[in-house]
Amino acid sequence: MLKIVVCVKAVPDPKAAGNIKIDPQTKTLLRGNVPMVLNPLDKNALEAALQIKTGMEVHITVLSMGPPEAASIVKECLALGADRGILLSDRGFGGADAFATAYTLAMGVQKNGDADVVFCGMASSDGATEWVGPEMATMLDMPVVTMVREIIPHADEAWEVKSALENGYRRMRVRLPAVFTVTRDLNSPRTLSFSGIIKARKKTITEWGLDDLGVSAERVGLKGSPTIVTEMRTVENTRKVEFIEGTREEKAEQLVQKLVEVGVL
Amino acid sequence: MKDDKSPVWVIADQESCNLLPVTPQLVGKSRKLADDLGTTVEVVLLGDGVDTQPSNLFASGAERVFLGNDPALAEYHPDVYTDVIVGLAEKHKPQIILMGSTSMGRELAPLVAARLSTGLTAHCIDLNINADRVLEQIIPAYGGEITIVCPERRPQMATVAQGVFPLPALDEGCRGEVVSIDGPFVHTGRVEILEVVIEAPEGIPLDTATCVLAAGAGAGDLEGWKLIVELSKALSAGLGCTRPAVDEGWAELETMIGQSGKMVSPETYLGIGLSGEQQHMVGIAGAKTMIAVNNDKKSPVFSQVDYGVVDDCRDFVPVLLEKIRQYREKQVSC
Repeated sequence: MLKIVVCVKAVPDPKAAGNIKIDPQTKTLLRGNVPMVLNPLDKNALEAALQIKTGMEVHITVLSMGPPEAASIVKECLALGADRGILLSDRGFGGADAFATAYTLAMGVQKNGDADVVFCGMASSDGATEWVGPEMATMLDMPVVTMVREIIPHADEAWEVKSALENGYRRMRVRLPAVFTVTRDLNSPRTLSFSGIIKARKKTITEWGLDDLGVSAERVGLKGSPTIVTEMRTVENTRKVEFIEGTREEKAEQLVQKLVEVGVL
Repeated sequence: MKDDKSPVWVIADQESCNLLPVTPQLVGKSRKLADDLGTTVEVVLLGDGVDTQPSNLFASGAERVFLGNDPALAEYHPDVYTDVIVGLAEKHKPQIILMGSTSMGRELAPLVAARLSTGLTAHCIDLNINADRVLEQIIPAYGGEITIVCPERRPQMATVAQGVFPLPALDEGCRGEVVSIDGPFVHTGRVEILEVVIEAPEGIPLDTATCVLAAGAGAGDLEGWKLIVELSKALSAGLGCTRPAVDEGWAELETMIGQSGKMVSPETYLGIGLSGEQQHMVGIAGAKTMIAVNNDKKSPVFSQVDYGVVDDCRDFVPVLLEKIRQYREKQVSC
């Protein structure tokens, strides 16, 4: 049986993430009550695993690191069809940068045991670093292919994948076990079904903390992070807007005039 | 660490044996960083048939080039390139390593950083040396900017998108040292590159377009996006987008403008149905004239542009298209 781990992250809802602001006075983050959702690209990662499951015998574990509230997105993945859900949650994991996050997830993958394939979204919508997949692969001593847009699984454990480049793609053959980070082009994620939600009710989420993983507190969270944020600031705008007013027709006419003035038309 | 004189490194990025612009841009910036640190700029250049390129790197400000010129290095291979760079870095101990936020850099940088157990900052929009001689790595976030540092571990690593830093003035008289990297360059075969396929992009390339039209969530749906595409054609504009348009599946990731996408400097920027998020706006900061259309007069986008139209873009764009058509007809009849 092929064992797949899908790494997922709870992120502030990208549709409302604009409400998170830096307080110009205190230089701290104003979180603005934005709900946490499953990172959009992680849906593609889970969908990749679910599609492979239709063609062969597969066991899918969903793995996330986050606060206890992140259990809701693990639950969502179980309802979408994952077999096992693991949440790595501990105060000691807080404040992790990409490196410490990759390490913690890698330890989770290892404890879960013998993964053949690890899928991640190419990036998270909040951190947007793209580093967790490749760094985790290095820590697990697995090869990685980033920005995967097509997967052709083979029974002989050498999969063929296409990975996006700025102006084309690479076609590669990868020997398992391996880590793949996926793009939106790979698939169209399914949506939650009523029967899935009912089935997921019976599934429990495994929670592992620092002691369960058996890792040193120095290697995770803020302490295990090579990078730190030293300053936050708001940005001064140098432009001053002039509104084009009038009816819709008048506004469009004036905008055309403006586009002529600046040489676009 | 106070008097660290170890070098600043740039990992060169090349296509068909020509340096991508991001490489001399990073060398130029590294020159400034190295001058502040009182140290040297060194470049790692891997490829096959790239042995004429070091002179360009010296002219951009590098003092030394580690040159791996070998058929086995012709294409970027994650394991081979990582091994070569990690091996060199462990021997020469650079204090900073910079890479472009290119397809290669976005995969190679984290592989190298993880092997060297060090920090890596994604898609910086500025880099400075602070009073403690530490690299300040600036990224846009939450409508502002944040500074990230890697205070203890070395090297300090960052990726930077093409176009963030200007091309340096070339000094053709500059010469430097070429250190050749010897093979054999082998890998375990766990990853094989079967082929690299180059696809011609559709429409007007964003990098060179004099007018860039960008749109986001305000397009509403795929039908709304089609109107945006039509408008870009009517204006002969390069078409870019914000992350929500990629997330919705309307636009390709390659056309995303901003911190983790493309950095462009057109004459004119027209932003439609987008909210002016910092991650996007840093990508077009170099535009001369900026215009925005948004249905919310209070949208942050309006504090960052020269001209604003308050209207729902779904209703406004068809009218604008019609007015452009009328204008063109009038031009023809004159």
